[in-house]
Amino acid sequence: MPSEQKLGSAIVDTVFANMVSSQNESSLLSSEGDSQRTQYPYVTGTSVIGIKYKDGILMAADMGGSYGSTIRYKSVERLKQVGKHSLIGASGEISDFQEILRYLDELILHDSMWDDGNSLGPKEVHNYLTRVLYNRRNKFDPLWNSLVLGGVKNGQKYLGSVSMIGVHFEDDHVATGFGNHLARPILREEWREDLTFEEGVKLLEKCMRNLLYRDRSAVNKLQIAKITEEGLTISQPYSLKTFWNFAAFKNPTVGAEGSW
Amino acid sequence: MFRNQYDTDVTTWSPAGRLFQVEYAMEAVKQGSAAIGLRSKTHAVLACVNKANSELSSHQRKIFKVDDHIGVAIAGLTADGRVLSRYMRSECINYGYTYESPLPVGRLVVQLADKAQVCTQRSWKRPYGVGLLVAGLDESGAHLYYNCPSGNYFEYQAFAIGSRSQAAKTYLERKFESFPESSRDDLIKDALFAIRETLQGEKLTSSVCTVAVVGVGEAFSILDQATVQALINEFEISGEEAPATASVAEEGAGDAAADQGGAAAEEEAAPMDI
Repeated sequence: MPSEQKLGSAIVDTVFANMVSSQNESSLLSSEGDSQRTQYPYVTGTSVIGIKYKDGILMAADMGGSYGSTIRYKSVERLKQVGKHSLIGASGEISDFQEILRYLDELILHDSMWDDGNSLGPKEVHNYLTRVLYNRRNKFDPLWNSLVLGGVKNGQKYLGSVSMIGVHFEDDHVATGFGNHLARPILREEWREDLTFEEGVKLLEKCMRNLLYRDRSAVNKLQIAKITEEGLTISQPYSLKTFWNFAAFKNPTVGAEGSW
Repeated sequence: MFRNQYDTDVTTWSPAGRLFQVEYAMEAVKQGSAAIGLRSKTHAVLACVNKANSELSSHQRKIFKVDDHIGVAIAGLTADGRVLSRYMRSECINYGYTYESPLPVGRLVVQLADKAQVCTQRSWKRPYGVGLLVAGLDESGAHLYYNCPSGNYFEYQAFAIGSRSQAAKTYLERKFESFPESSRDDLIKDALFAIRETLQGEKLTSSVCTVAVVGVGEAFSILDQATVQALINEFEISGEEAPATASVAEEGAGDAAADQGGAAAEEEAAPMDI
């Protein structure tokens, strides 16, 4: 019943007015009518990795959209530009990412409409997203994403991540999901302040290859994005070379006849 | 301005296309005690005359810190000024909370101007009777703006508002070309000289004026009385005229500057600051 849904009015910050108005009135507990409280993600993207390098930020993500255990979509662009100075990479629910892109679009639009020479940089966008995600989490209606936000403004490089519950970090290298477990250890060993573009790409590819071998939701079609003071480029999709010629793979049932 | 049949309502135009209530609000600014502001590329200074009503009372606060990078000096209805300062502080805090970044001064000033404009177009409201000199820092350096009760705002290299501000403006007009490259201390000295102009011969001491500075690497702060007095002593004792500038010829700082017409109060505290 709509009237029951309005019990316990949520305090709406004007900053989020545009966001709240696009959904039904939420009370302190989401959807009083439903018995469920937690959402489930449906179509999800897997890890995103981001690193700082000499001239800016490099980010990598594959193009897979999984529907549970099925790899349903294989051309999902999970790296997108935000305004003049920033780049966002998303993992998690793809539809929520698309919603986030709409919020960011509006944010950047209003920022440009001031027409006053000021513009939102990556730090500001990262914090805005943190506020949005944290606010949604507090309403038990999260945007089911982990985001990587990077960019360069006035010579300053910025790289941060924020999770669906609003936990945010800023670091020289960040990753979401499986990337935290499989890519960050590599980056901790091999990341340096003054990586060149080529070195950075090689490092990211090493991480992505690792993820490809070990993350079941990874697909072998990825994009790498680069953002510097001059601007942003997102590469065309391409594949990594993989090596499967391990002895153990050649005769997998050795020692366990009858198994497969 | 004389009383006429078009000045009762803020929403009534005169046949000449004027909104008298708005203009009367701007008169209120002229009645307040002087406030001046000036800026270089990296610093902005605000200074104001603070006269207490009587020896028994304290003087009114006319300079407010809005955020680490923004401050405001007011002239006119101090109560209106306080309310607007609170609004400005609120806007800065909200922006900082959402974006972890200081609100660009230019945007705050526009929001303030739009807020003032609303009061010129509602029959149940009245315009704010206060002029604000907003000094702040953003990515492109130091800025000084003047916000008017009419809802207009202007950016300035240097400006003065309030009673006898014309004297200060005359001084500033002579010196302003040197301001962009001025050092912080020279800027403060120029502010004190400008304040002295508005005192019309009365002695300049730190008990009648307040000075505040904001700059690159320096958060907005109001200088304490001792520091101000030390600066005043520095330039009065040395008999120095205004500090040497590049292109402007020096005149005696004691030149009687033409006062702006219409200001009533001479020696007492300007009535609107009560």
